[in-house]
Amino acid sequence: MGEIDLALVNWSRAQFALTAMYHWLFVPLTLGLSFLCAFFETIYVKTGNEEWKHLTRFWMTLFGINFAIGVATGIILEFEFGTNWSNYSWMVGDIFGAPLAIEGIVAFFLEATFFAVMFFGWDRVSKGFHLFSTWMVAVGSNLSALWILVANGWMQYPTGMAFNPDTVRFEMQNFWEVLFSPVAIAKFTHTTSTSFLVAVMFVFAISSYYLIKGRHVEMAKRSILVASVFGLISFFYAGLTGDESAFNNARVQPMKLAAYEGLFEGSEGADLVAFGIMNPNKTVGDGQDPFLFEVAIPKGLSLLGKREFNAFVPGVYDLVNGNAEQNIVGYDVKIKRGKQAITDLSAYKDAKKAGDAAAAEVSLARFIDNKDYMGFGYLEKPADGVPPVQMSYYSFHIMVYLAVFFGFLCLAYLVYGIKDTIEQKRWLLPLGVISFFLAMIASQAGWIVAEVGRQPWAIQNMLPVGAATSNLDAGNVMTTFWMFAGLFTLLLLAEIKIMLNQIKKGPEGA
Amino acid sequence: MASYPVRIFRFYRDGFRSMTVGKTLWKIIFLKLFIMFAVLKLFFFPDFLSTRFSTDEQRADYVMEQITAPARNSN
Repeated sequence: MGEIDLALVNWSRAQFALTAMYHWLFVPLTLGLSFLCAFFETIYVKTGNEEWKHLTRFWMTLFGINFAIGVATGIILEFEFGTNWSNYSWMVGDIFGAPLAIEGIVAFFLEATFFAVMFFGWDRVSKGFHLFSTWMVAVGSNLSALWILVANGWMQYPTGMAFNPDTVRFEMQNFWEVLFSPVAIAKFTHTTSTSFLVAVMFVFAISSYYLIKGRHVEMAKRSILVASVFGLISFFYAGLTGDESAFNNARVQPMKLAAYEGLFEGSEGADLVAFGIMNPNKTVGDGQDPFLFEVAIPKGLSLLGKREFNAFVPGVYDLVNGNAEQNIVGYDVKIKRGKQAITDLSAYKDAKKAGDAAAAEVSLARFIDNKDYMGFGYLEKPADGVPPVQMSYYSFHIMVYLAVFFGFLCLAYLVYGIKDTIEQKRWLLPLGVISFFLAMIASQAGWIVAEVGRQPWAIQNMLPVGAATSNLDAGNVMTTFWMFAGLFTLLLLAEIKIMLNQIKKGPEGA
Repeated sequence: MASYPVRIFRFYRDGFRSMTVGKTLWKIIFLKLFIMFAVLKLFFFPDFLSTRFSTDEQRADYVMEQITAPARNSN
C-alpha cells in the first residue's frame, strides 16, 4: 500500500463524520418521540378523552415525517465501511455481523407490522392493540439502536474477541461480553436518554410556538405537561449515564477523558474545569499553559472519573510520556511493542507462505506477546496518539452546559404547566422554541466527544484510522463527500418543509 | 367474514389509499432508496474487497498485506 495517504484518511473521516451527523439529525427524534407518542396514547386509552387522541395523532404524524425522511440514511454508513474502510470492515466483520443482522431483522419486522398498525390502524383495530403497537414501535426503535450502539461500544472498548492472524479478523469469543460490555451499556443508556431529551425539546419548541401564537393552546399545554415530566426523568437519567460514561472513559479510554477535560498534567485530587478558555496555540509538549482562563472545582475530576477525591487522574503528558510512579506505560514503549507485533505478524505470514511451521510458531508466539499494542505500531510518534484536545474539550463542555439548561427548562415547564400559567410566561416560551435547536447541537456535540475524543483509533488501541482505510484515490472520496452533502441537505430541507407545513396545519391536519 | 390474509391485505391497501402526507413521504422514500442503491451503491460505493477478490482467503491475504506493509511499520 505504500505510505499512509493523509488526504485519503482525512477525506474518508470527513465523509463518515458528515454522513453520521446528518443521520443523527433524524435518529434522536425517532427514539424519543416514539415514547412520547406512546405516553400520549396511553393517556387517551386510559381517559377515553378524544382530545388526547387528536394530540397523539398530531405528534405521531410528525414522528412519521421524521422517520420517513431519516429511514435508511444510516445504510450509507455501511456503504462507506465497504468502500472507504475496507481493512477495518474486513477485520471487524465477525464482531459486527451478529449485532447488525439482529438490528436489520428487528427493524424490518417492526416496520412491516407495528408501524403499519400505528399509522393505518386507528379505528380499524382495537384501542388496546393499537396502543400495544405504538409501544412496540417505541421499544423496538430503541432496541434497534441498541445493536448499533453495541457495535460502536465495541470499537471504543474491544472485548469478548480474539484476533485471528489466519483470517486477519477480530473474532467473537463471547457474545454476551460484547453485548453487556460496560461501555456498550453506558453508550446505549446515555444515547437513548439524551435522545429522549431531544424529543422533549422538540415538543417544547412546537408547543411553545403554538402558545406564543395563541393556537391549539390546550393541546400545547397538555403536550408540555407530559413532555416536561419525561424530560426531567430523562435529564436525571442522562446525568447518571453520562457519569457512568466518564467513569468508563477513565478506565478504558483515559486519553479521551484527558482530552475532553483539557487535562495535560495529571495529578491526585485532579480539579474539574467547570469553565475555561483553552489556549489556542497549545500543542503537545510545548510547555504552554493549556488554559488562558479557567474556573475549576477542586478534586472534581478525581471524584467524577475515579469516584474518589484523591485518586490520580492521568493527563495527556502522563499517557504520552508514561508515569512510572503511577505504573503508566508511555506511548514510545507502546509504539515499539506495536511495531514488533506488526513485524512478527508479517514474519508469521511469510513463514506460513513458505510452509515453515516452526518459524510460523515462533513468530506467532512473539506476536501474541505484543498483540495488545498492535495499533500503536502504526503511529509515527507518541503525539500522534493524542486526539484534537480543543475540539473535544469545547464539544464536551457545550454539551454539559446545554444539558443543565434543559434540566432547568423541564423544571420550569413542569412547574408552570402544573400551575397552568405557562402561556403567561412570555419570557420563557421563546427559550422553549429555540430549545430544540440547542438540543440538536448538544446531541451532535456528544457524538463529537465520543468520536473525535477517541482518535486516532478506529478500534481502540488495535487499529488507527490511518491503517483502516481502503487504498483509494482521495479525489473519489472527495467527490462522494460533496454528493452526500448535497443529498442530505436536500433531504433535510424536504423534512423541514413538510414538517413546517404540518405544524402550520396543527392537529386538525393529522 | 374474510380470511386473515385478505383482511391483512385490505388493511394495508386501505391504509396506503387513505394516506395524505404519507404519499409524499413514500415518494421521498422511494426516490431516496433509488438514489442510494441504484446510483450511489452501484457506481460510487462498490465493496472494495468483494469487487477485487473472489474468495475470503484472497481478501484476508490482501488485508494482511495492507496492515503489515513495511511503510506502515517503518518508523
